[in-house]
Amino acid sequence: MDTSIWRPILYLIGFMAFAGVNAAWLGWAERKGAAHIQRRNGPKEVGPFGLWQPLADGIKLMTKQLLIPSGTDDILFRIAPILAMIPALTSMVVIPFSGNIQARSIDMSVLLIFALASIGMFAILLGGWASGNKYAVISAARVVSQSIAYEIPMLITVITIVMITGSTNLQDIALAQQGGFWHWNIFRLEGGHFVYMWIAFLIYFICSVAETNRAPFDMAEAESELVAGYMTEYGSMGFGLFMMGEYLNIVVGACMTTILFLGGWGSPFGFLPGIWWFLIKIYILIFTIIWIRWTYPRTQIYKLLNLSWKILIPFSLVNLLVTAAFIKVF
Amino acid sequence: MTAPIRCREDETFVLNLGPQHPATHGVLRVKLTMDGEYVVKAEPVLGYIHRMHEKMAEDRTFAQFMPNTARMDYLHALAYNHGYVLTVERAAGIEVPERAEYIRVITVELNRLTSHLLWWAAFLLDLGGFSPLLYAFDDREQILDLLERVTGSRLTYCYFRFGGVYNDIDDDFITGTRNFIKRLRSRLPRLYHDLVTKNIILIKRLKDIGFVSKEQCRKYGATGPLLRGSGVQFDIRKNEPYSVYPEFDFDIPVYDEGDCMARYMVRMDEIEQSMRIIEQALDKLPDGPVRAKVPKILKPAAGDYYAAVEAARGSFGCRLVCNGDKSPYRLKLRSPTFSNLSLFGEVAEGMLLADALAFMGSLDLVIPEIDR
Amino acid sequence: MSEYWNDIFGGTKSLLVGLGITAREFFKPVVTEQYPWEVPVMTPRFRGHIELVKNAETGKPNCVVCGMCMRSCPSGCITLAGKKPEGEKKKVLTQYELDFTKCSLCGSCIESCNFNAIQFSKDYNLASTRKEDYLFDLLKRLEEQS
Repeated sequence: MDTSIWRPILYLIGFMAFAGVNAAWLGWAERKGAAHIQRRNGPKEVGPFGLWQPLADGIKLMTKQLLIPSGTDDILFRIAPILAMIPALTSMVVIPFSGNIQARSIDMSVLLIFALASIGMFAILLGGWASGNKYAVISAARVVSQSIAYEIPMLITVITIVMITGSTNLQDIALAQQGGFWHWNIFRLEGGHFVYMWIAFLIYFICSVAETNRAPFDMAEAESELVAGYMTEYGSMGFGLFMMGEYLNIVVGACMTTILFLGGWGSPFGFLPGIWWFLIKIYILIFTIIWIRWTYPRTQIYKLLNLSWKILIPFSLVNLLVTAAFIKVF
Repeated sequence: MTAPIRCREDETFVLNLGPQHPATHGVLRVKLTMDGEYVVKAEPVLGYIHRMHEKMAEDRTFAQFMPNTARMDYLHALAYNHGYVLTVERAAGIEVPERAEYIRVITVELNRLTSHLLWWAAFLLDLGGFSPLLYAFDDREQILDLLERVTGSRLTYCYFRFGGVYNDIDDDFITGTRNFIKRLRSRLPRLYHDLVTKNIILIKRLKDIGFVSKEQCRKYGATGPLLRGSGVQFDIRKNEPYSVYPEFDFDIPVYDEGDCMARYMVRMDEIEQSMRIIEQALDKLPDGPVRAKVPKILKPAAGDYYAAVEAARGSFGCRLVCNGDKSPYRLKLRSPTFSNLSLFGEVAEGMLLADALAFMGSLDLVIPEIDR
Repeated sequence: MSEYWNDIFGGTKSLLVGLGITAREFFKPVVTEQYPWEVPVMTPRFRGHIELVKNAETGKPNCVVCGMCMRSCPSGCITLAGKKPEGEKKKVLTQYELDFTKCSLCGSCIESCNFNAIQFSKDYNLASTRKEDYLFDLLKRLEEQS
C-alpha cells in the first residue's frame, strides 16, 4: 500500500466532501420521505423537487446571529457543536467504501469508530450542560444513560463478528464476506452454522438507531417533553452543526452496519462495481432509519433501558456464547 | 410504573412547563417540582387566556352571546352552542322543530368526531409519533369541509339558533356524510388501530400509566372519557337525555382499568358510536321547518335555569339566572376540562416527566375552555 | 416468562405491520392542496367579512340605514350613517365602515337585516401587518366592484 502522505489527505478531503453533502442532503431526504409517508409534498419550491432546499437552509442558518444566552458556560457552549461534528467526520477516514477506496486501513479501525462514537455522545452532554437550561440538562443526562445502555449490546455483537472474521480491521471484515450474498455475515449459509446471525444484525441495527438518537429512541430531543432537548438554546450554525453531526452519525452507522453485516462493497449477484453496491446498501439502511422514525411513537426512558438490559444484552450475550462454541467445535 | 421517590427539599428543582410548551397545547403552565426526572409535585397554573366570557354574557343580549360559546371549546364548538341554546330555550319555553333537533344531533356528533380525531392526533404527537397526526387531519379535513358547507365556518361554528338551526342541510351534505362514514370505517382498522393502537411502543407507554380511581373522579368532578375510562358509566346523553338522543341506539363505552390506555380506548370506541348515531339520524331525518318563530329580542321570565350536554371532553353545564331583562343576570358555565385538569396535580405525583405528559395528553385538555 | 416472549414476538410483529402501513402510504398520491398554486373555492355559505349588496335595478346599495346590524353586532364593529336627501322618502347610505379587527364573523348583522342589504364576501386572503388595513369602507368597496 502506498504510504505517501498525500493519499490519506486527498482521500480525507474527498470523504469530508462526501460526508458534508450527505449531512446536508439527508435533511432534504428526511423531509421529503416524511412528507410522502404523510401524503404531503415536502420541500418543492427551491429548485427541482426542492433539491436546493439544503442550500437555502444553510444560508439561512449561517446568516443568523450566533446567540449565546447569559448564564451559559461560554467556551463549552461554543465547543459542543463542533465536537458533535468532528468525531463523525473523523470516523469516515477508516471506512472502506470499496477494496481500494479507503483513506487509511487501520488494524484497530472497529475500535476507533466506537471510541469516536462515544465522543459524539460527550458533545451532546457538554452542549446540554453548558446551556444552563433545565430541559437541556435533563436531555444530556438521558443521552448518557441511553448511550451506555446501548453501547454494551452493540459492542458484544461486534465482538461476535470480530470472532468470526478474526480481525478488527474493517477492510478485512468486508473482504471476508466477498463473493455473493450467502457469504454476508447476516446470512452466512456456508457451513450450515451461524444461520442465526440475523438476530445479531437486528440487535446491532436497533442499537445503531439508538446510538444516533433517532426516533423511536430520540429521548434526547423529545420535543413534546423537553422542547428541543440539548439543542434548546442553540440557534444559527450551532444548531446546524448539531443537525449535521446527527446526520453524519447516521451515515457512519449505516456504513458500519453495511460493512459488518451486509458484506461491505460485495455485490450480491456480481455485476456493477463494488462502490455502487456499497452506496446502495447504505442508502437503503438510511432510508429504513428515516422510515422507522416516521412510523413509531417515541419510547420512554425506562422502557428504552428495559429493552436494552432485558432483551438486547441477554440476546447478544447468548449470541456471543453460541458463536464462540461453534467456532471452537467446528 | 411508580418508583419510590426520595423527596429531599434541597435535591429538587422547579421546572416550568409552559405557558409556552409543545406539550401543553396552549397557554397552560404547570409548575413541576422535580427530583431528577420524577415529578414530586405538579401545580397547574391557570389564567393565561382568561377572557371573561361569563361576564361578557351579562351585558350582551342572549343572541349576541352565541358566538362566544364557540370560542371556549373550539374543538367541540357545536356542543357548546347546543348547551347554551338548550338553556335559553328552557328559559324562554321555546319548542324546537323535530328536523332541527335531528340536524343538531348530526352536526354535534360530526363535530365530536373532529374533536376525537384531533385529540388522537395531538396525543400521538405528545407521544412522539408524527405521521398519525396527518392521517387524522386528513380525515378531520373531510368533516370540516362538510360542516363548512352547512355552517359557513370551519372551527368556531355559530350554527344553532334559539328554536332551531341557522339553515337547513341539503342532499349533498347527507350523501357527503354517508360517504365520509364509509371512508372513516375503512380507514379506522388500518391507519388507526393497526398502526397505532396495536403498536407495542404505544401499549408499553400507556398501559398502567396515569391511574385515576373512581374516587378521585368523584372527588374532582371529572366527567367524560376520563370518568368512563375509570369504570363509571356516566354520559349525559344517556343519563339525562336531551334533544332526540333517546331515539337512537348507541352504547356508552366503559373501561375499568383507569389508565391512559383505557381513556384512549374509550375515545376510540366513541368514534364508532358517534358514527352509529349519525347513520341512524340520517336514516330517520324527518321533513319540516328547521327554525321555530322566535322573537328577535328574547326576554325570558325571571328564574334559574340549567341544562347540560355531553361534550367531547365531558359534561358541559350551563346555568342561567334571568331577571326578566334582555340579557342574562348571571351565566355560569361549567367546563369539563377544568375539573379534569384539577386531577392532574394529584395523579402526576411520582410519575416520570414523560409519563406525566402522556397522562396530560390523555386528559384531552383544551386550554381556552379551562380559562373561560 | 411467557409475557416476555409475547412482548418480543408480538411486539416485533406489530412494529412490522406499522412499517408496512407507512410504506403503503408512501406510494399513495399526495392529498394536500398546494395553496398558492391551487386556490380553494369557497362554499356558498362561507363566512367572509360582510359586504354591501347592490340593488340590481337602481345600482345603489339596498341599505335603508335602519341600523339593525349596528345594534345586533356583539362587538360593535359596524359604523354606519345616512342622510335624507331633499325631496326623497328614504334615507341614503353615506358611510358604512366595518372594523374587521373586532369582527368574529358570527353573522348576527346579516341575520338581523330585513332588507337583504349585506352579505358575506368570499374573501379570505386577508393578511396584513397594519391595523388600518382592516378598517373596511364597504361603501367604497361596493363602488369599486361595479
